[in-house]
Amino acid sequence: MLEHHLSLFVTSAFLENMALAFFLGMCTFLACSKKVDAAFGLGCAVIFVLVITVPLNNALYSLLLAPGAMAWINPSLADVDLSFLSFLTFIGTIAAVVQIVEMVLDRFVPSLYASLGIFLPLIAVNCAILGASLFMVERDYNFAESVTFGLGSGVGWLLAITALAAIREQMRYSNVPPGLRGLGITFLLTGLMAIGFMAFSGIQL
Amino acid sequence: MQFGKKERETVLDPLFNNNPIALQVLGICSALAVTTKMETALVMSLAVTAVTMCSSLVVSLLRNNIPPSIRIIVQLSVIATFVILTDQILKAYLFEISKQLSVFVGLIITNCIVMGRAEGYAMQNGPYMSALDGFGNGVGYSLVLMAVAFFRELFGSGSLFGVTILNPVTSGGWYTTNGLMVLAPGAFFLIGFFIWAIRTWKPEQLEDN
Repeated sequence: MLEHHLSLFVTSAFLENMALAFFLGMCTFLACSKKVDAAFGLGCAVIFVLVITVPLNNALYSLLLAPGAMAWINPSLADVDLSFLSFLTFIGTIAAVVQIVEMVLDRFVPSLYASLGIFLPLIAVNCAILGASLFMVERDYNFAESVTFGLGSGVGWLLAITALAAIREQMRYSNVPPGLRGLGITFLLTGLMAIGFMAFSGIQL
Repeated sequence: MQFGKKERETVLDPLFNNNPIALQVLGICSALAVTTKMETALVMSLAVTAVTMCSSLVVSLLRNNIPPSIRIIVQLSVIATFVILTDQILKAYLFEISKQLSVFVGLIITNCIVMGRAEGYAMQNGPYMSALDGFGNGVGYSLVLMAVAFFRELFGSGSLFGVTILNPVTSGGWYTTNGLMVLAPGAFFLIGFFIWAIRTWKPEQLEDN
């Protein structure tokens, strides 16, 4: 049991890294990776939101939306299939959770709020968050697996964005061809990092 | 419904001068994973263009009735509705391709282009212009997507739209396929070079390190 979760964690953090293997969360990945501090803060916020939303969406999906899921309310609802509503539900859950997390942090942990504050609203529209929920449905994870999956993919994303930001900080001393400056070279860097992360493939725990 | 100079500019500007992917850095998220084949890229392009156009139109029609404090969630629900429609249509008529696109159709919701056009343009402009703007940005996005898919499919598997152009070694031909192109890093490199090309052609888009 523990082994299975460990393997799922490593797979989702390294092998199937959200940013580098599935291109998810790219907009923020590229836009907020100029400074290591900011990148790290954003990464932490992503982990935080992923760990809450993926299991929550998992519960919603398996109790209400999946084909026949509502049979526990009343056997006559056994052939109701609401899975077409999943996009709308997931994005609603994510937006609501982000809002709630923001208010809770502001009220109880003001110091954390001050450091994460500006990044939280950005996360509502981060594809990595919605992507994780959609992958969770596609791969039929159960509740416990979805917690591990959320944590793993969050950690993977944090690693990727922090590493990229560190490289970009060093880039200031390099003489990049004019046409490649900024976005162009960042893409090439991300490509090289993706190759690096591919070295993890084939790891079996 | 006239189509004059201003309208033409709204449609053509996002193609090269203000390309959503190359310059605005929007919408790369869900796009790159579908560019290993031209066929999937084309379907994805059409889906995104349709969703951007329709949601810009609807958001623009509603713009005077949306309270500013909840505008994001309203925009998201409009976009999500169109994405659900697109997904259902793809599942009904193009089931094979919709299986290959898997979660990436759903991810159009968080595609920053759609959201960006709704928030940045449709909230301030009339329905007709917003629809044109959404269409232009959708086409600008499609252009990059198709270009990337062209190179990835041609060099990665030696074919275009599934038709063999360069006969690969695996089926007795002469062309050794470039494995890097079908993997994730290949897409990053191609986009990087694509941006380099556009910026060398249009030097006013250059930026500092």
